[in-house]
Amino acid sequence: MMASSYNAKDEDGHITVTGPGGGAVLRSKKPENTAFKQQRLPAWQPILTAGTVLPAFFIIGLLFIPIGIGLFVTSNNIKEFEIDYTGADTSSPCFNCSQNFSWNSTSPCTCTVPFYLEQPYESNVYVYYGLSNFYQNHRRYVKSRDDSQLNGNLKSLREPSKECEPYAYHNNKPIAPCGAIANSMFNDTLELFYNDPNGTSVKILLGTTGIAWWTDKHVKFGNPGGVDSNLSAVFQGTTKPLNWRRPVYELDSDQSNNGFVNEDFIVWMRTAALPTFRKLYRIIGKSSQMVPTLPRGNYTLEVVYNYPVRSFEGRKRMILSTISWMGGKNPFLGIAYITVGSVCFFLGVVLLVIHHKCGNRNNGAEISN
Amino acid sequence: MLFHLIVVSLNRSFGTRTVYIGHKEPPPGAEAYIPQRYPDNRIVSSKYTSWNFIPKNLFEQFRRIANFYFLAIFLVQLIIDTPTSPVTSGLPLFFVITVTAIKQGYEDWLRHKADCSINECPVDVVQQGKVVRTQSHKLRVGDIVMVREDETFPCDLILLSSSRHDGTCYVTTASLDGESSHKTYYAVQDTVAFRTEREVDSLHATIECEQPQPDLYKFVGRINIYKDREEPLARPLGAENLLLRGATLKNTQHIYAVAVYTGMETKMALNYQSKSQKRSAVENSFNLRLKDTVLTASVKNHLLSNSTSLVCLPFLLQVIRAFTDFLAFMVLFNYIIPVSMYVTVEMQKFLGSYFITWDEEMFDEELGEGALVNTSDLNEELGQVEYVFTDKTGTLTENNMEFIECCVDGNLKMRRGHVCGLTNMSRFKAGLCLCRQEHEDLFFRALCLCHTVQVKEEETVDGIKRGIHQGRPTSFYISSSPDEVALVEGMKRLGYTYLRLKDNYMEILNKDDEIERFELLHVLNFDSVRRRMSVIVRSSSGECLLFCKGADSSIFPRVVSGKVEQVKARVEQNAVEGLRTLCVAYRRLSESEYKEARRHLNEAQLALQDREQRLAQAYDTIEKDFVLLGATAVEDRLQEKAADTIESLHKAGMKVWVLTGDKMETAAATCYASKLFRRSTQILELTKKRTEEQSLHDVLFELSRTVLRQRSISGLSVDCLDFGLIIDGATLSAILKSKQEGAGPGNYREIFLEIGRNCSAVLCCRMAPLQKAQIVKLIKASKEHPITLAIGDGANDVSMILEAHVGIGIMGKEGRQAARNSDYAIPKFKHLKKMLLVHGHYYYIRIAELVQYFFYKNVCFIFPQFLYQFFCGFSQQPLYDTAYLTLYNISFTSLPILLYSLVEQHITTERLKRDPSLYKDIAKNSLLRWPVFIYWTCLGVFDAVVFFFGAYFLFDNTTFTSNGQMFGNWTFGTLVFTVLVFTVTLKLALDTHHWTWINHFVIWGSLLFYVIFSLLWGGIIWPFLNYQRMYYVFMQMLSSGPAWLSIILLITVSLLPDVIKKVLCRAVCPTATERFWRITVLLKLFVSQAVGFAEFLSLIFLIYHYFFLKI
Repeated sequence: MMASSYNAKDEDGHITVTGPGGGAVLRSKKPENTAFKQQRLPAWQPILTAGTVLPAFFIIGLLFIPIGIGLFVTSNNIKEFEIDYTGADTSSPCFNCSQNFSWNSTSPCTCTVPFYLEQPYESNVYVYYGLSNFYQNHRRYVKSRDDSQLNGNLKSLREPSKECEPYAYHNNKPIAPCGAIANSMFNDTLELFYNDPNGTSVKILLGTTGIAWWTDKHVKFGNPGGVDSNLSAVFQGTTKPLNWRRPVYELDSDQSNNGFVNEDFIVWMRTAALPTFRKLYRIIGKSSQMVPTLPRGNYTLEVVYNYPVRSFEGRKRMILSTISWMGGKNPFLGIAYITVGSVCFFLGVVLLVIHHKCGNRNNGAEISN
Repeated sequence: MLFHLIVVSLNRSFGTRTVYIGHKEPPPGAEAYIPQRYPDNRIVSSKYTSWNFIPKNLFEQFRRIANFYFLAIFLVQLIIDTPTSPVTSGLPLFFVITVTAIKQGYEDWLRHKADCSINECPVDVVQQGKVVRTQSHKLRVGDIVMVREDETFPCDLILLSSSRHDGTCYVTTASLDGESSHKTYYAVQDTVAFRTEREVDSLHATIECEQPQPDLYKFVGRINIYKDREEPLARPLGAENLLLRGATLKNTQHIYAVAVYTGMETKMALNYQSKSQKRSAVENSFNLRLKDTVLTASVKNHLLSNSTSLVCLPFLLQVIRAFTDFLAFMVLFNYIIPVSMYVTVEMQKFLGSYFITWDEEMFDEELGEGALVNTSDLNEELGQVEYVFTDKTGTLTENNMEFIECCVDGNLKMRRGHVCGLTNMSRFKAGLCLCRQEHEDLFFRALCLCHTVQVKEEETVDGIKRGIHQGRPTSFYISSSPDEVALVEGMKRLGYTYLRLKDNYMEILNKDDEIERFELLHVLNFDSVRRRMSVIVRSSSGECLLFCKGADSSIFPRVVSGKVEQVKARVEQNAVEGLRTLCVAYRRLSESEYKEARRHLNEAQLALQDREQRLAQAYDTIEKDFVLLGATAVEDRLQEKAADTIESLHKAGMKVWVLTGDKMETAAATCYASKLFRRSTQILELTKKRTEEQSLHDVLFELSRTVLRQRSISGLSVDCLDFGLIIDGATLSAILKSKQEGAGPGNYREIFLEIGRNCSAVLCCRMAPLQKAQIVKLIKASKEHPITLAIGDGANDVSMILEAHVGIGIMGKEGRQAARNSDYAIPKFKHLKKMLLVHGHYYYIRIAELVQYFFYKNVCFIFPQFLYQFFCGFSQQPLYDTAYLTLYNISFTSLPILLYSLVEQHITTERLKRDPSLYKDIAKNSLLRWPVFIYWTCLGVFDAVVFFFGAYFLFDNTTFTSNGQMFGNWTFGTLVFTVLVFTVTLKLALDTHHWTWINHFVIWGSLLFYVIFSLLWGGIIWPFLNYQRMYYVFMQMLSSGPAWLSIILLITVSLLPDVIKKVLCRAVCPTATERFWRITVLLKLFVSQAVGFAEFLSLIFLIYHYFFLKI
């Protein structure tokens, strides 16, 4: 009895047994003869040699090049038009607006930018606004929001999360929507007019729905108090973000696009990955099969210039783009596919040569061995 | 009072303590009674108490640099505003710390319980003439204790008397040093008579002994027995009187003994201090790399934080800002050294070492034991061994001694079991020479008497009276030296049976079935310096005889008559055959000579200081003027497959050095037999014989010239002529001593090393244990810092086992000391082959890949994060979501590499064993050298650049959805992360050469897990989370065609360079390993993967087990 208790103490006591040596008692028996324990599990033993890799290279080459060409062609067929309306130049129409900007002005500054589309845009046209040198991905900016408030949580509406600081309270009233992202929401209004060759200017209908993710609009974002509530009543006791001109419940007259579920707002709240980015603004739906959505000709962009970017040397653009299955114009993927495919094909050839030469040499060596 | 103090301090300074047996004061005249304070017999092995557990445990844990680093990161995250929440680093740290604390707490609780049960264990103490039962921890120094059969000694005791009449008792020290043989301990003759409680209690004596010291086999003391009014009687006490705590009493009904060392001062408690930890070279290079990475990370941080602080701010603010930015970047990049790497490496080592213990081929049926792993930290070191230092006896050879021959005066008496010449010749030459006959008788008696063998009678062992065979009880011999057993057994075959030692009389049954009795007067024990032992006996005729047996070199100089030449010739011939020879001599002592000898011995034995030295002097004066009787030869057969193993080690590029205490000829013969030396080997001798002729200086220079010339001639093909070096202990110590005399040309060490390095095999004979360790140290410290391995089986190998990088113990016959002190223990020498060539090789490539891959995958992980800082205004914005940051190393990419590092076999076991030269492929840490590391890092950076800029150009100011909607920064991160997870997992798949069903399961499983997790993570609005940034991000990304296309493209591009590198390297300059692959290219396809699910469950269980018992 005494001896056994002593041994037990030895094992976990002073001797530091770091390995499995502690189980000495168990191992008086022969180890089990199982494939796993004897490291003899049946195994597949692939080996990468020139011979096995060659076909793979050729297959990759043959697959990637056509895909790349397809992507490249698709990308090239996409029509895109971009116009910068920042007003940095004295010659630009918006120069005045950009110069005379003041936060307090009640009368909005408006400027019109004419442009000419050389090609007709056949299918749906997507209108984007683009910002440059705008670090929407800055850490302190990205986290400055309260998702639970945006989801319609009444408690968070009254007590915005700490993350929103310093845009959580204003004059002791909670800000709705709180945070730096919401506060800096893009609020230029863009309108397009087609200048008919006969002199009349036709306003182009810009669709405001479908620009935000469906899940964002219907699940992630929600107005406090449910769908049909009276928004102005619900938001009673909160204050609008400092830089906003209107409170959140007056963003749109359409009730289903108002408040936190306003699509412009939702689009803005999805912070961009890079400092130069564009965001979907409007969709110009194709009206009929016969007429192109945007025919060739002169257009006017009418901007209600609210959004100051000069202070951080930013740029504002308006982009018109058609869309294919692979999105907007981006030759990168196509070029990359073609390049990688060709490189693989070329390597395949090189390896074939090496394999042929070295293979022979090595085989010879093996025989002599 | 002052006087007391002085005495106490004197006692202290002399390093002795005085124990009053039964706490009785010595008679007034003798010495003042000083109640000394000793600790009680409480054993405390527990580290913590309930109140200091938390602070002490935390302190211990955070002393580990890794834990501290993570704590620092965590604190930084708490204090300043950082990109990731403190939870991401706090949670894993908390987990690791808690699990470790729970585990350690549990262990400590067990220790408390064990301590408690031991401390409260009943002990019989003699008090006022009665046996009183008390608790173990109440024992004090000076108490008289009674111990019954099969009980364990409660503390270190001095034996006073036993139930046996001769005052001896048998003890097994199995729990102390693993030797299960019974050892005899003796009581001082003057106290033997105190046989009952009452008598013992009346004993009036004090014991003076040294202060406690950890050496188990050393004890010096003196007992002073006071009898009424007489001069106290002083008797020496040695290790044979000291019963150690932890040992068990056997075959003795009870004993009385007095406690001298108690509690934490017992030798056992002093001995179990933890050994210093060996660290593997791989781990060292890994730590080095770690420092490096931290450094680059901080440089990176510095760069980035500088670029942020360009903003015009007041200077002080700017400094503070820069500093907090720096910390924030540190937090962001700390993922490059994840906690999980430590956990994975530890887990790999721990679980991996099970494969060694599980190995059936390393199981020895005879011994009933397989390999043992005492440290799992050194697994990969087994694949790096360059020098193997092996013991000869019991390691290369069986240590199964067989008596081969004996010769008396140079005439053969017996050879390999055939009694030759004895009957015939003696009959033929009967009466020719009486002195011959006399020598023969003496020779056999000498062998029967001059030993320390014990006789174990079967009946006493089993407790059952067995039948008596052929008129004599069956018995067997037990001894610490197998040679002696072989000799005594050999004598038995020749008709002289040693019966027993009874009441100091040795009984021999001679050829004529008569019992001869010799009184044993003294035993001059064997030691490795004298290399001989002697006994002094008195025959029935009253004659005093000294018999001595020992190595030839220690006997011949002391011989005055006898046929030295003939015996010498015989001995040398036997030595050449690889037999172990002993010479036997005797000396007739006259009564006066005996008295003189006795006086010398007693004096030396009574000495309290320098006893060893004085004993040696006494022995030296007594053992002289011998008459040579003859010589014996004992064969120690080579272990099976020893030669094959040595040959394999040679082919694997290892240098094998044999270090033995044996004589040169014997050792050299063994070397030839084990193919360490071949016929073609040119032997260089560096022995005392040669250095006596020439000076050491000349010999060394001549040898080094020979070696170097040969090398320059043969150029590249060094192995066309190999050298073997033989060096002996004396020359070695001369070489080592020269070091102190200064460097320059007289620095023999360097020359010796140079010679040793160029020899394929080196034999060091006549080595003392410490010299073995010195040699290992010498090689270890040479300028290439080779990895050394020492293998041995005996206590004399322990020092070298502890000194070498890897110490391997053989579970041999000479006890368990070597196995206990080793890092790995194996049953036989032949198992070394599989241990190194297969397990070592596997572990090395596994751990190498594990370490490199970990750095690679974290470079891939963090470098895009770094690049992203250039596009987010250096704001430390994380690229990936918090969940991805946290889980990347914990669950998405952890299991495949862990499994790889457990089961990868780049070549089959059989091939590794058949082709030892494959071992050279991984020599010198070849898979963890800078070029390899740089390659991995470059690959990581390249992949990271591909991921990041691939996603960048895809996102660059355009959309890639078919409905025109835009993606945000989280989609960007998720795209990079998806490509990342797939690429690093597939990269591992490319590196896997051994696809078992578990590999398939884990690799594809973890990819699937990533996808499922992402779907789930983005699939719902998570309650209790204050952000929903990932909501539907993953799904939206997958709904876009170009995202799929770019994922495929980026993965292909990332993997391409590695594939090309692999193929090109293999085609252009294949290593031996790779050449082999070409031969068996893809003969095996998917073999049936259906292996019982139980295997998998057992793995899960192991991991579970691991988490609960060890972190």
